[in-house]
Amino acid sequence: MADIPISHILFVSTALFFIGMYGLFTRRNMITMLMSIELILNSVNINFVVFNKYLYPDRLDGIFFTIFIITIAAAEAAVAIAIIINLYRSHRSIDVESAEEMKY
Amino acid sequence: MTASQIIFYILAAFILGTAILSVTTTKIFRSAIWLLFSLIGIAGLYFWLEVEFIAAVQIVVYVGGIVVLIIFSIFLTQQSGKEMLKPSMMRSIASILAVLFGFAFTYFLIYKNDFQAGDKPFDWSVNKIGTQMLETGENGYALPFEVVSILLLAAMVGCIVIAIKSKPEENNG
Repeated sequence: MADIPISHILFVSTALFFIGMYGLFTRRNMITMLMSIELILNSVNINFVVFNKYLYPDRLDGIFFTIFIITIAAAEAAVAIAIIINLYRSHRSIDVESAEEMKY
Repeated sequence: MTASQIIFYILAAFILGTAILSVTTTKIFRSAIWLLFSLIGIAGLYFWLEVEFIAAVQIVVYVGGIVVLIIFSIFLTQQSGKEMLKPSMMRSIASILAVLFGFAFTYFLIYKNDFQAGDKPFDWSVNKIGTQMLETGENGYALPFEVVSILLLAAMVGCIVIAIKSKPEENNG
C-alpha cells in the first residue's frame, strides 16, 4: 500500500466531499440532504485516517478523531431524523421549502 | 502495477461512482441504497489501509445503524416509488460549477503541498486504542470520551422529547 502516493487517496476524499456538497446544493428533500452530510463526514474520516497513517504513524490521534466523528454522526442522524419525522407530522412534507414559515 | 494499486483504484472508482449516483438519482429509496454501497466501499478502503478496527466500526455504525435509520424514515415519510423533483437547470449548473471550482482549488493545494511521510511503522491495536482512550495523562482522551457519552445521552433524550406526541387527543396524525 506504500506504492500509492498520499495525494491519490486525498483525491478520493476531496472528490467525496464535493460530491456531498453538490447533493447539499441541489437536493430539496431533507432526508437526501442528510445523506449528503453523511458523505461529507465520511470524506473527513478518510482524511483523518490517511494523515494519521502516512504522516504521523507513531501517534493515534487521527483514529481517535475518526471514532468521535462517527459517534457524533450517529447522534446527529438520530436527532435529525426525529426532527424530520416531527416536521412531517405537522406539514405532511419534508421539503425544505415547506418549512420556510419557521423563519418568521 | 501491483495488485494493491489495482484494488485501490477499483475501490476509489466504486466509492465515487456510487456517491455520484446517490446524489443524482431521482428516487429517494435508490439514493439510500447507493449511499449504502458507498459506505461499504469506504469500509473497504479502511480495510485496504489496514485499519481494520475503523472499518468494523464503519460497517457497524454507518451501514448497520445510520443507513437503516434513514431507510426507516424514508418508509415513514415518503410514498415509495415516487419520483423527487429534479433540480432546476440553473441551480444544477451553478452547483456543478461551484463544486468543480472548489474541488480544483482544494486539490491544487493538496497537489502542491509537499507531505513529509513519517518513517516509523504504523502500529495501532485495539489494546492501544482502548488504553489511550481512557488515559487521563497528556495524550489521553478520557475527557472527550466522557463528553461524547454525555452527548449521546442528551441526543437520545432529545430524540424522544422531539418525536413524542405532545397531546394524546391528536392521535389521528
